[in-house]
Amino acid sequence: MANVKKSSTLSKDSNRIAKWIDYRLPILSFLKAEAVDYPTPRNLNYWWNFGSLAGITLVIMILTGIWLAMHYTPHTAHAFESVERIMRDVNYGWLLRYIHMNGASMFFIVVYVHMFRGLFYGSYKKPRELLWIFGVLILLLMMATAFMGYVLPWGQMSFWGATVITNLFSAIPLVGDSIVTLLWGGFSVDNPTLNRFFALHYLFPFLIVGLVFLHLVALHTHGSNNPTGVEAKKPSDKIPFHPYYTVKDILGLVIFLTIWGAFVFFAPNFFGEPDNYIPADPLVTPPHIVPEWYFLPFYAILRSIPDKLGGVVLMFSAVFVMFIIPWLDTSPVRSGRYRPLYKIAYVFFLVACVALGWAGAQEAEGVPLLVSRLATAYYFAFFLILMPVLGFIEKPLPVPESLQESKRKKGAGR
Amino acid sequence: MRSFFLYLVFLTVPSLAMEGTAPLKTVDWSFNGIFGTFDRASLQRGFQVYKEVCASCHSMKLLSYRNLEGIGYTPNQVKAIAQTYEVQDGPNDDGEMFMRPGKPKDRFFQPYANDQAARAANNGALPPDLSLITKAREGGADYVYSLLTGYAEAPVNEKPMVGLYYNPYFSAHWIAMIPPLSDDMIEYQDGTPATVDQMAQDVTTFLAWASEPEIEVRKQWGFRIIIFLFIFSIVMFFINARIWARLEK
Repeated sequence: MANVKKSSTLSKDSNRIAKWIDYRLPILSFLKAEAVDYPTPRNLNYWWNFGSLAGITLVIMILTGIWLAMHYTPHTAHAFESVERIMRDVNYGWLLRYIHMNGASMFFIVVYVHMFRGLFYGSYKKPRELLWIFGVLILLLMMATAFMGYVLPWGQMSFWGATVITNLFSAIPLVGDSIVTLLWGGFSVDNPTLNRFFALHYLFPFLIVGLVFLHLVALHTHGSNNPTGVEAKKPSDKIPFHPYYTVKDILGLVIFLTIWGAFVFFAPNFFGEPDNYIPADPLVTPPHIVPEWYFLPFYAILRSIPDKLGGVVLMFSAVFVMFIIPWLDTSPVRSGRYRPLYKIAYVFFLVACVALGWAGAQEAEGVPLLVSRLATAYYFAFFLILMPVLGFIEKPLPVPESLQESKRKKGAGR
Repeated sequence: MRSFFLYLVFLTVPSLAMEGTAPLKTVDWSFNGIFGTFDRASLQRGFQVYKEVCASCHSMKLLSYRNLEGIGYTPNQVKAIAQTYEVQDGPNDDGEMFMRPGKPKDRFFQPYANDQAARAANNGALPPDLSLITKAREGGADYVYSLLTGYAEAPVNEKPMVGLYYNPYFSAHWIAMIPPLSDDMIEYQDGTPATVDQMAQDVTTFLAWASEPEIEVRKQWGFRIIIFLFIFSIVMFFINARIWARLEK
């Protein structure tokens, strides 16, 4: 049985140089404590793979992004051609760009799954409130980064997406127009806009790295939540991160890379819009201006309200409401596994999110508009009404005493 | 519950098809699928169609003559093709611009000096650049092929438009491009009969290559990498199972 110690030191037989370094800068014993011996609940399921997948995706995005930036020209007259130069003349430039382009979609898939997992198993509850809040901040920065990245190729969708989204800020009373001018660096989406978006698109991922660091520090302070939502009490409830979770994370990673690779090599433009292969033209508006798929639910919420300011407020609220989830959920039970009513509410929440995503891709009229209104209502009702109320009226199922008990019971059930 | 899901699925189906345009004709392109490759003979015929028909109005600004090695021409053949064009260069040591024969490094010859000139010569319509056309249109190669072969008599309920031609595959149904292809309008160097259908397939193949010249390398790499990752996944699956088995003891 694994013997897990709280603080680690280097083993006695480690290399002399390692010892010399560690005596002066304890980085090796730190890594050993946090990445090797780190005590982890023994019952994590595969939904817990998505955190490490998100981290690795971030690294891949930064690396491919840096190499793309070496060949990219942030100028309205050259941006489109420089991207095509990457695709045609830079050695394996097509590979870099397709990894990066599809990586954005992969990143959002992984992060959305990661968040839905946290939402189901109550991973935001005490003492992990800050952990969750750092996560929502990461999502916000990711959205800004992805939006600005989509503008860089300077195709039709880049230009018109940027125009539509930046124009939303003009709905803010009094200062709205000034904010839009500031975002544009002028009086329309133009070269200064492209330049600042490029600068910020390069900066934000590193801010995300900083937040990920805080996210991990907060995580390692109290350790991972687990499917039962019961804190590990006995030492035998936890196992060392290595080799159990390193190997499980690598398994998840390889499967994830296979899927990502399938898109990169066989359907690289699956998530894209054909219009973005037409150079930006401020005089020609495309018939349908659609954001990237990962923004569609929020886009649907925006358009579900006939009033511009109302729509903008609601869209931003859809993200900001996540910051207060830890205090909206009143249930004493952490995991959705033991919450029969929450489980149902959660399934409907998933359906609402998918419905919003679908409605966001349609014209805002008729059935899609109705669907987006109903789903928007449920989206907010789930957080603001169901989460607080269910905690009081729901009768939770009995929660296991320890993690091993839950495992044994589950095994007997099979 | 289930029927609600099905309902959602069905709702999305019509939205995928283009609104108001005829369903595309589908061709079993050689470059489709996991092992897709380009047919070199078709590419070269397609280039001939582009050069002799399309190029009088449509530019391909992103391509250079040197790229033609990608459709199977030797460097000498590419040099010979490039030399048939006159290209402006300069300034020389006297500060003068001068004309010289084209070289492989030069971009494809452009039919018009600028977009304004192109519009002026085409009744106000701008012939789109074809460098990325199969990537820049919903339906890709099938769309281009359908459009090229899709000219028809306008149905009675369609109001005729002056100077425009009826084509049910075009978004507005009335397109400024004259039906570009007619049987035997060019003579293929390899003796293939130049039917409209043949020329449309060849030139679409050429345009698909121009849009995605990396397609063959990409798919070959992809096949190897996916196989590698798949085997890696299976190995990791067993390693994972074996390591976790320690805990059961």
